[in-house]
Amino acid sequence: MTPRPLSFMVNGETVRLLVDPRRHLGDVLREDLGLTGTHLGCEHGVCGACTIRLDGEIVRSCLTLAVQCEGARVETIEGLSDSGEVADLQEAFRNRNALQCGYCTPGMIVTAQDLLLRHPEPTREEIREHLSGNYCRCTGYHAIVDAVAATAAGRTAKGSAAA
Amino acid sequence: MKAPAFDYLAPTSLAGALAALAEHGEAAKLIAGGQSLVPALNLRLLAPGILIDLNGIGELKGVSVQNGHLRLGAMTRHVELERSPVIRQHAPLLAEAIRHVAHPAVRTRGTIGGNLCHADPASELPACMVALGAWFTLAGPDGERRVPANAFFKGVYETDLGPDEILTAIEVPQAGTNRRHAFLELARRSGDYALVGISCTAEMDGDIMARLRPVFFAAGPHPMVADHAASVLNGRKPTAALVQAAAAALADDLSPEGDLQISAHTRIHLARVIFRRAVARLVPEAGLDGPQEVAA
Repeated sequence: MTPRPLSFMVNGETVRLLVDPRRHLGDVLREDLGLTGTHLGCEHGVCGACTIRLDGEIVRSCLTLAVQCEGARVETIEGLSDSGEVADLQEAFRNRNALQCGYCTPGMIVTAQDLLLRHPEPTREEIREHLSGNYCRCTGYHAIVDAVAATAAGRTAKGSAAA
Repeated sequence: MKAPAFDYLAPTSLAGALAALAEHGEAAKLIAGGQSLVPALNLRLLAPGILIDLNGIGELKGVSVQNGHLRLGAMTRHVELERSPVIRQHAPLLAEAIRHVAHPAVRTRGTIGGNLCHADPASELPACMVALGAWFTLAGPDGERRVPANAFFKGVYETDLGPDEILTAIEVPQAGTNRRHAFLELARRSGDYALVGISCTAEMDGDIMARLRPVFFAAGPHPMVADHAASVLNGRKPTAALVQAAAAALADDLSPEGDLQISAHTRIHLARVIFRRAVARLVPEAGLDGPQEVAA
């Protein structure tokens, strides 16, 4: 119950604060740091809306206690947006109308980017599998898979043009 | 959906974790990957006084091969099972099964030790460990003891682990060169809990089946070894008729319960379906894939 000091890196900036052990990372990002791009849907690990990157790997921020992030490197949708890392994915989502309410979108983008970093040329099946832990309750998934596939194709074309 | 208040300790050694566990007794709960524990906390199904975090303990990490046996530190994460070339080589069954466990963002945090100690009857890894004949090392105040996987799982969320013990490592014995495996799971959606699943190993002595070990999950309170079904096939050349007879014997091996998704009867039916598929996959040369698939 005693708050603990926590020092970690969020989107490239060192953050120091006191947190109660009971609080999960998603709440601390949103409430203490004002990073409300990380959305909380189910808060028990099912919906994927709160997906962020922790030390380079995607995790559910609702299933990670903030106190466990001592010394860690956290990247949220704000960080990925500001650096331009996911600009093409975001544009593809807009072009393909791969969102309606947008609640699932930050988690979708973070998860899709994780796939594209590891498998630059995924099949539609692989895209669906990687996004299977991210729920969208408005568009259905077809347009989302389209947007990720289009981004992959765009990056591959750009890569081979540069080569 | 917010966890109740608790204290938190992050020991950096196994000795420190055991001491903390001894000191706090029943008020303490160990946290490994937290992918089952934190949901339970957020849903307030649990209210521990203190969490003892195992993530900072180096002794619990690492994958290695010792004397031909694969040794997995209990804090090995699911994602390591998925990516490790050592695991693909020494226990390909684990590398295959792990892709059925939840979703990528859960597999990056979830640990093999946490999964095994949670002992969810629908979980893939306990059944794999029983099929592989793995041994678990449990550390307690009086030292270490080793327990075979099939004696570790006692019931629904129930294991042989004492309240003052910590699972430290899993040892998977070296497989013979002609070891084969098959893993199948039926779930409504990718990453969901299995409706029923099978993890099995076997060896072939020419065209004779030997040491078939079919282990089911979501088909009883813990991983269920289908001895009756295996005895129909072991020592014989697998034919469609024998596989059918073995599948029929599963009624004596499994004790599934019905739930909101599926009745116990349907679970047995599906167990038979995946059993036949698993055997067909184990011995592709027998040409068992075929019309018997649809007959039930």
